[in-house]
Amino acid sequence: MDVRVGWEHYAHGADIGVRGIGRSMAEAFEQVAIALAGVITDPARVEAREEVAVECQAPDPEVLLVDWLNALVYQMAVRRVILAHFRVNLAGNQLHGRAWGEEVDVARHEPAVEVKGATYTDLFVGQNSTGAWVAQCVVDV
Amino acid sequence: MDMTLLSRLSDFEWRIEAHGKMRVPAILYASEELIRDMDNKVYEQIVNVATLPGIQKAAYAMPDAHWGYGFPIGGVAAFDPQEGGVVSAGGVGFDISCGVRTLLTALKVADVTTVQQPLADALYRHIPAGVGSTGRLNLDDQQLDEMLLNGAQWALKLGYGREADLDRTEERGCMAGARPEAVSEFAKKRQHREMGTLGSGNHYLEVQHVVQIYDEASARAFGLAPDDIVVSIHCGSRGLGHQIGTDFLREMVLQAPQYGIELPDRELACAPIESPLGETYLGAMRAAINCALANRQIITHLVRQAFAEVIPEADLSVLYDVSHNTCKVEEHMVDGHLKRVFIHRKGATRAFGPGHPAIPEALRAIGQPVLIGGTMGTASYILVGTDESERRSFSSSCHGAGRQMSRHQATKRWRGRQLIDELAGRGIIIRSPSSRGVAEEAPGAYKDVTSVVEAAEKAGLSRRVARLEPLICIKG
Repeated sequence: MDVRVGWEHYAHGADIGVRGIGRSMAEAFEQVAIALAGVITDPARVEAREEVAVECQAPDPEVLLVDWLNALVYQMAVRRVILAHFRVNLAGNQLHGRAWGEEVDVARHEPAVEVKGATYTDLFVGQNSTGAWVAQCVVDV
Repeated sequence: MDMTLLSRLSDFEWRIEAHGKMRVPAILYASEELIRDMDNKVYEQIVNVATLPGIQKAAYAMPDAHWGYGFPIGGVAAFDPQEGGVVSAGGVGFDISCGVRTLLTALKVADVTTVQQPLADALYRHIPAGVGSTGRLNLDDQQLDEMLLNGAQWALKLGYGREADLDRTEERGCMAGARPEAVSEFAKKRQHREMGTLGSGNHYLEVQHVVQIYDEASARAFGLAPDDIVVSIHCGSRGLGHQIGTDFLREMVLQAPQYGIELPDRELACAPIESPLGETYLGAMRAAINCALANRQIITHLVRQAFAEVIPEADLSVLYDVSHNTCKVEEHMVDGHLKRVFIHRKGATRAFGPGHPAIPEALRAIGQPVLIGGTMGTASYILVGTDESERRSFSSSCHGAGRQMSRHQATKRWRGRQLIDELAGRGIIIRSPSSRGVAEEAPGAYKDVTSVVEAAEKAGLSRRVARLEPLICIKG
């Protein structure tokens, strides 16, 4: 399987869609989290100085994706950090994630916007026709 | 939007007949041009809203409607608890009680032009804006609960503002029925350091001047004259509201089957008004309304401090404070009967006509001020509620310009620095921590606010009083 691993944004009326593509569901979850960071700033500008552990559990993979992104939104808000590097392990509908980032530096990061929350709009977790795993939803900014 | 899906009732009113699972029709108020430019998703979403249990009369879309989550932004719907009516976290949105507060200043343009730069600097210094910014207050748990119960009245007790400010704030600054215990620890934790902050995205603080008056009598009652300087604050309930939206959306998605609610779109997640989950959400949502009211009250105080430094003779008083993301209990005529209904306004502004008891006494004979935010390069409007809007839209009107271009497209098209320079050339000073943030909020990314308010007026939702243009914009 030749999968183009990566992340992207896509247009949604007032807000923005985030999409991660990977060889596994876990990798798609890692990539979509980078897309989330990309809503705020250029992820390449964020150094991995601080580690945060995140645990989520949900009845299905799609709710799990919303939970994962919202857990990151929450951690970034209360710690005043931007998280842009991720490792995800999935066991059924349980997620163990690790995220790395650093405190917001307005001059260096030029953060464009804070994310209010991940939504159930355009929410999808699954494999596309090429066999790649895709994880996506719209986030409210 | 595909026009063949609609029947035209007038130049500014369009109807979607109830079909399929719709319980009521849907009504869109807008010009043909605005409707053509609307995404088909607005059609889909307003049709979905019309399927929800207990909905009354019709699901309404305002002239600035655009694709939202579950509800379109610019959506209005009323529900009767006696008929199994629901409350929807998505129907209120993440930024609970986001709204606009406009301050009169007793200044004219000539008082500001000579000190425009230092005033912009003072405002930018006093009002925390943008990602990661924190307020000067750091609330402990008890203070936070008091704030959630008492809203702007709590802020006043701490010395932020004047008693008269409350007279010009919806609910006199304190939303009844707030339940701080219904708010999660996560939501509270997000708010400890965020009081008195503007936020980011489309939130802003503007110093504006009155460039045109459309309705002399209402303008006089509102205290507005040509060349007057006013200040408008657009922000909401910050992290607390966002987290309440997140928490309850999830609960409503998961519990909908238990309540026998079939959701055409998960984002429409809702619970019966008369259910433990519905009641808990209403308690938490009202606490978030208080948070937004307290936040705009604290920012008002900071604005006064900034003005006092630069123009000591300025006297800032509140013209009005109105929210545009709420669910409120109101009485409205439905099929000839006065009914108590739960009105969701998602990106829509309450617009009571003359005589309504909720309007401040000094303005009651005129009607409620309806504050419409534009963009940093165009204009904002002050409208007034009409008698007609009660019948047309449960006394609701538009809330802003509404986006027509995604953030993604906007950053490809504009550079923040270049926009700031262009606007400076037109006499508008922008202060923002993020040039990409400015590009995402480029005036060209929005619909023409003038055609939106014209449509609102022609549809009978509210009437234009004054046009405001920006001189200074603090952007988060």
